[in-house]
Amino acid sequence: MNPTGNDGRALPRAGRALPWALVTPALGWTLLFFVLPFIAMGLSSLTAHEGGGFTLTNYSQFFTNPSYWQAMVNSLEVTAIVTVVSVLLAYPFAWILAEQVPERWQRLALMLAVLPFWTSYVVRSYSWLLVLAQNGVINRALTGSGLVTEPLQLANTRFATVTGFVHFFVMLLTLTIFANLKQLSPSYRKAAADLGAGPVRTFLHVVLPLTLPGIMVGAFLTFVLCIGDYITPQILGGNNELLMPQLVMMQIGRRGDFPLASALSIILMAVVTIAYLACARWLKIERA
Amino acid sequence: MSVKSASGNPLSALKVHLHAACAATALLFGAGSLAEAADLNALIWCDHSDPALLQPFEEANNVKVNVKEFEGTGAGLAIVEQSQPGDWDVMVIDSIDVPRGVEKGLFEPLPEDKLPMGDLFPQVKMDGSTVVGGKRYGITEKFGYNTIGYNKTKVDPADMQSLASLTSDKYKGKVAIYDYYLPVIGMAALAIGKKTADLTEADLPALKDELLKMKANAKLVGEVTASQTALATGEVDILVGGGEWVTAGLAKENPALDFSIPKEGAVLWSQSLAMFKDSKNKDMALKFIQYIMSPEGQARLATSSCYWGMPSNTKAALTDDQKKVLRFDEQPGFLARAQSYPAPNADLDKKMQDMWTEMLQAK
Repeated sequence: MNPTGNDGRALPRAGRALPWALVTPALGWTLLFFVLPFIAMGLSSLTAHEGGGFTLTNYSQFFTNPSYWQAMVNSLEVTAIVTVVSVLLAYPFAWILAEQVPERWQRLALMLAVLPFWTSYVVRSYSWLLVLAQNGVINRALTGSGLVTEPLQLANTRFATVTGFVHFFVMLLTLTIFANLKQLSPSYRKAAADLGAGPVRTFLHVVLPLTLPGIMVGAFLTFVLCIGDYITPQILGGNNELLMPQLVMMQIGRRGDFPLASALSIILMAVVTIAYLACARWLKIERA
Repeated sequence: MSVKSASGNPLSALKVHLHAACAATALLFGAGSLAEAADLNALIWCDHSDPALLQPFEEANNVKVNVKEFEGTGAGLAIVEQSQPGDWDVMVIDSIDVPRGVEKGLFEPLPEDKLPMGDLFPQVKMDGSTVVGGKRYGITEKFGYNTIGYNKTKVDPADMQSLASLTSDKYKGKVAIYDYYLPVIGMAALAIGKKTADLTEADLPALKDELLKMKANAKLVGEVTASQTALATGEVDILVGGGEWVTAGLAKENPALDFSIPKEGAVLWSQSLAMFKDSKNKDMALKFIQYIMSPEGQARLATSSCYWGMPSNTKAALTDDQKKVLRFDEQPGFLARAQSYPAPNADLDKKMQDMWTEMLQAK
């Protein structure tokens, strides 16, 4: 079937080539920087580290070594906590920005909200380490005020990792939820009020369901970025538990075991894909 | 399950094509990334990137030294494998890993008669790994100890003379562990009375018990920066695996930091320089190695801004203060008590890393 123009007539040869010409850079980019590396990683994951040759050992190791399996459990737990906490903090923040801050101040308020994005990710993580340290700001305030007698162990814990992540992802989620709230026509709320719904009922039965797609998209982005992040748990977690990206990096450092690192990465990617499919399916059901 | 690769294996064939495609792409995009042949391209650890070390050599030889930092031999060798032959001239490598590069056919034998072999501390020549098949492929440029680093105002220095203190309740929660499995496993071996050079798979259960005891006392397990920061900021008072490489560079700001060589001994680390067989600039590469091994180069490398360490050349032009911080005059005694870095074969290495993973995951 020949491609047709808006009037339904077949496009001339030059016109038929145009869509392909337009899409080729994107296809080339995806092929070069996603498909080819992914295939290379897939092949690498099926290769024995010592001696080469086909093997499934790299995958079987993940399922038979409890420490490796535990890394996935840790990653999923941390990611779930971060996603839920970030959504719970970001939603009211975005709502205040969208509904309570005067229109002329919203741009400035948004800029201030994303200000921490302007600093380096690594610097921000180290800053949190100093804040949460035994001699850090929080412990000094707690011991100084007499609330605790001994400094609390805040740094180098899962709590520290989650804090570092939440600080970052609340900003990201605020942006996506804010955009969603701004797109919501005020007539929905007016209609709900006309029908006798109070503010709480309007929020629960009108605003929240209509902004759920924005929340889901933001939550999915949070999930993907969080589960694949190496820097935050490495700096703030103190290696008191391993997450999947740390386990992947461990295989590379001294031993250069790229096949095992590839297999672990593909397993991680499979988990992200499952999360995406669940998210997409849920959104589809909601729309239906 | 493992099957040796065969030429008819479609997976291998596809891999070859993919490698070729990737290499072509890398060539296309990276044509201008590496310097001209007249420059010197060095794969290095962070201590070699200090301008105070490189500039004198560059000015004296009218050459630009292009450096690329890496961490871990595996990562370094992967960079070489992804490069074109001749891209790199010299490499810094763990002395125990020199044979890995030789096995891959990467290194050029070094001319011993043109290097100050006679001036090196005899114990750090590491001929067992730097000499392969009667030829020298690496020369030790810097060394030190993975031992106990501590804050002497917070702990009893007498306690730091025994590795048993690392697992005692007295210092629970005051300890950090350096996140590199080989030296810390070496320290665990010393703690249970094993020689690091004789470790076998049969020793792993006892080593694991010792590591778990250390972990139970530790607040964190951190890489170089994290563990150094933890000790410097007072988050912990003891660093398992620390040594002069942590404390010496911080001596001016924090003179309370020190290290001990406990009665059970310490693990000797050493880094070597090697020249690539395919280097297009072998004369300049040799000059660079000669410069690094010279008394002046050794002093600059030993006191590099990234981390300090002992120069392997006994004639290093260090000041008295620098020698004091590095405890230069105590080296004969330290070296006599130090044991070699564990150098497991590939199978034992993998098992040791898995044991380390298990230790990290332990609650």
